[in-house]
Amino acid sequence: MITVFVPCDSAALAAGADEVVDALHKEATARGVAIDVQRNSSRGMFWLEPLVEVVTAKGRMAYGPVAFEDVPSLFDAGFLNGGTHALSLGLTDDIAYLSKQQRLTFARMGITRPLSLDDYVAHGGWVGLQKAVAVDGTDVVQTVLDSGLRGRGGAAFPAGIKWRTVRATDAAQKYVVCNADEGDSGTFSDRMTMEGDPYMLIEGMAIAGVAVGATQGYIYIRSEYPHAIATMNTAIQLAHAAGFLGDNVMGSGKAFHLHIRKAAGAYVCGEETAMLESIEGKRGIVRAKPPLPALQGLFGQPTVINNVITLASVPIIMAKGAAFYKDFGMGRSTGTLPFQITGNIKQGGLVERAFGLSLRELIYDFGGGSRSGRPIKAVQVGGPLGAYVPESQWDVPLDYEAYAALGLVVGHGGIVVHDDTANMAKLARYAMEFCALESCGKCTPCRIGSTRGMETIDRIATSANKEQ
Amino acid sequence: MNKSVEAPELQTVSRLLPEFTEMPGGLLPLLHAVQEALGFIPASAVPLVAEAMNLSRAEVHGVITYYHFFRSKAPGKHVVQVCRAEACQACGGEQLLADIEQALGCKLHETSADGLYSLEPVYCLGLCASSPAVQIDDRLYARMDKTRLARLVADIGSTS
Repeated sequence: MITVFVPCDSAALAAGADEVVDALHKEATARGVAIDVQRNSSRGMFWLEPLVEVVTAKGRMAYGPVAFEDVPSLFDAGFLNGGTHALSLGLTDDIAYLSKQQRLTFARMGITRPLSLDDYVAHGGWVGLQKAVAVDGTDVVQTVLDSGLRGRGGAAFPAGIKWRTVRATDAAQKYVVCNADEGDSGTFSDRMTMEGDPYMLIEGMAIAGVAVGATQGYIYIRSEYPHAIATMNTAIQLAHAAGFLGDNVMGSGKAFHLHIRKAAGAYVCGEETAMLESIEGKRGIVRAKPPLPALQGLFGQPTVINNVITLASVPIIMAKGAAFYKDFGMGRSTGTLPFQITGNIKQGGLVERAFGLSLRELIYDFGGGSRSGRPIKAVQVGGPLGAYVPESQWDVPLDYEAYAALGLVVGHGGIVVHDDTANMAKLARYAMEFCALESCGKCTPCRIGSTRGMETIDRIATSANKEQ
Repeated sequence: MNKSVEAPELQTVSRLLPEFTEMPGGLLPLLHAVQEALGFIPASAVPLVAEAMNLSRAEVHGVITYYHFFRSKAPGKHVVQVCRAEACQACGGEQLLADIEQALGCKLHETSADGLYSLEPVYCLGLCASSPAVQIDDRLYARMDKTRLARLVADIGSTS
């Protein structure tokens, strides 16, 4: 029987993937052909979703973007044998957008079925955890330190230093908390990971747990991501039943339990201390630091807090070694970052590459320019708390330090492209308006400053005090 | 027992409570369960929740009103969420919002007069590479435009 893959990622569903699956079944039945439709994760080429792939002797052949109306003509063209159609994209692995990437964390993305433990094992899953449970936690922490892995949520703090602090702190109970409150516009790599490769995040968290001596973990997922919550919940149950979580992780005698907490739509809960308050069942208001969460975090106990991509990068570091990972990237920005090219862009999607490539490469070589066909005016990098990067700086290498030197922020690698119709004053006002709406009110600069910022931008825009 | 506790929705709340009273930080999961079951969190549920969770009513009210996701009133039959963040703005999100307001006959944060739709902003559905994005009840829609919108609204209208 011929296997056909249709992704189940939210972005594929939003483009009509379920309707395509229905049409495939219907058409196959009508023609008396037996097909096996499987739901994989997304390759992250969202302008091609729903991307239908057929398994052939030469490899997977891709067709996209497929609408349900296209299905009969796909059968007519013999797509089940790799036949040529207007939507043919050739072998998936040969698509330049993918072949030019360096996928380490996203290596399985689009290839495996998200909840299949067999697929995960067949593609290198659990190797990192197996190594981690076999050695002393200190060695695991040292590997993460040596890899140079820095927080992928935006702040770029070295992950290993947090881990070392938590490991060195004595407490009856320690925690690992994953920040999956991916609230910035232009970001979806956390969502893709949770929906598409949930065991990778579970493995990363379990490694963190055994490394620092934490037996409980929480994943704080935003309420706007119901598919991610559902997939993670099922994945945790299956991983638990298979012995990768629970009281005896991979037969090591070490315990690690994982829980999901659903957020409730407060942007500020993406800040780590506000997130802890929220997990504790309170208003998500930021805490003063110190004490650092590594010393007094969740429920007052030592807590490792990392973003989804940070934790998801750990399994491959453990499996292949710190040196392997560190070989990617430049300077103090080691490894890869899953960049997310979004907004007014022809070929929007996920591009995992080592640090050091330029914004121009991302938006033109990968992105293909603006979707509207108009000139690109400004590119927001690093979310609302990042910056709009003008064309004069598009050739600067994407590296934490190189960007910081110019007052820019690589952050989480979220990139929002605007064409020349964008009104920058309006976007600046929107940023202030959003901050005013979402401020938790604890700190004066944010509580009052965001409102004063709006007023100031309004005065500039109306030229109230312009010299005559 | 006073009359309001007999209301069916409070019976639902009472039934949900036991699962969460011993859970560390159980208030948010409990509130999510209540809203999942009822579609909103009635003000009359606050004393019940407070007592079960050993919190003051002020604390429970404070948590419910802090988070955008929790509603204190029943929404329209269908909830339409429009993403208003930058990546959607870059692809005509503002115009789309105006079109939706016109199509549904209600403004942002309002419910249409026939009670069919509640229109709400959402700040990012994670579909930023295929913007603008809209969610109607549990369904996501990417690359939304006026024509598709009109068709969707007509479909919903004819089945409601």
